[in-house]
Amino acid sequence: MTHVYTWSGILVVVFFSVVGDILIARAMKQVGDVHALWERSGLWTVVGRVLSNSNFFFGLTAMAVGFFSLLFSLSWGDVSLVAPAAASLTFIGNAFAAKIFLHEKVDRRRWIAAALVAGGVALLAG
Amino acid sequence: MTFRKYLVLAGVTVFAAAGDSMLSHGMKQTGAISIHHLQGIILALRNPFVALGILLLLAFFASYMNALSWADLTYVLPATSLGYVLLALVAKFALHEQVSLVRWLGIVLISGGVGFVAGGPALTSHGHEQSSTGAEALETVGASRGPEGPLFHERAGS
Repeated sequence: MTHVYTWSGILVVVFFSVVGDILIARAMKQVGDVHALWERSGLWTVVGRVLSNSNFFFGLTAMAVGFFSLLFSLSWGDVSLVAPAAASLTFIGNAFAAKIFLHEKVDRRRWIAAALVAGGVALLAG
Repeated sequence: MTFRKYLVLAGVTVFAAAGDSMLSHGMKQTGAISIHHLQGIILALRNPFVALGILLLLAFFASYMNALSWADLTYVLPATSLGYVLLALVAKFALHEQVSLVRWLGIVLISGGVGFVAGGPALTSHGHEQSSTGAEALETVGASRGPEGPLFHERAGS
């Protein structure tokens, strides 16, 4: 039963992490290169630009849900299973989501990487 | 890729692994949290390891957001791959958890897979996601026009 709880928790973490990652990535692309912006306009401009971005807040909310789901999962399972499995599945979900929603060029190199990661997750679950 | 950008990616890796480890150690001390007693989460925040874990994850988040401002999401995420190796070492030697050979192989496969991505370009998405309000939009259009624009140089260098 603990196993079911652990994997259910991992899937919930993955879903909200992917949603959060996509929204945060979109927000930061809209903000622009933080270092260049900081040098050009100062720290407060960077902070203001980030905090005034709605995608940032929606992404942060999704990540917060994912974070508390992770707290649950870590209290039920080993860190060497929960953390890598959730992060790896999030990576695969993000590869699909980034291609669809962020229009990133997910080429053969990145798909192969996703397949290797999936294999690693299968071994972790075994 | 500049040295500063490698440092940011290193921060993403180390802070994520250290934060997860601290959280795990703290949550093991506080015990399992029941769905029927959600206040247990709030109590868990009073554990110093959980609190330190959260601080480290905030540092991770700052590095992560910085990296996402100049690189693809599918490029930044692999930076956490070395974190899996760190996590396994911490789980084995600090938390005294059993890490079997199969799990070690899984961790190696994951690290190899995500490390594979690191050899490609950092940014492949189009610049149309840049700020689109007023003067910022004009600035973005101007920057995207040709090789003299900062956006072009940034992509060419990454």
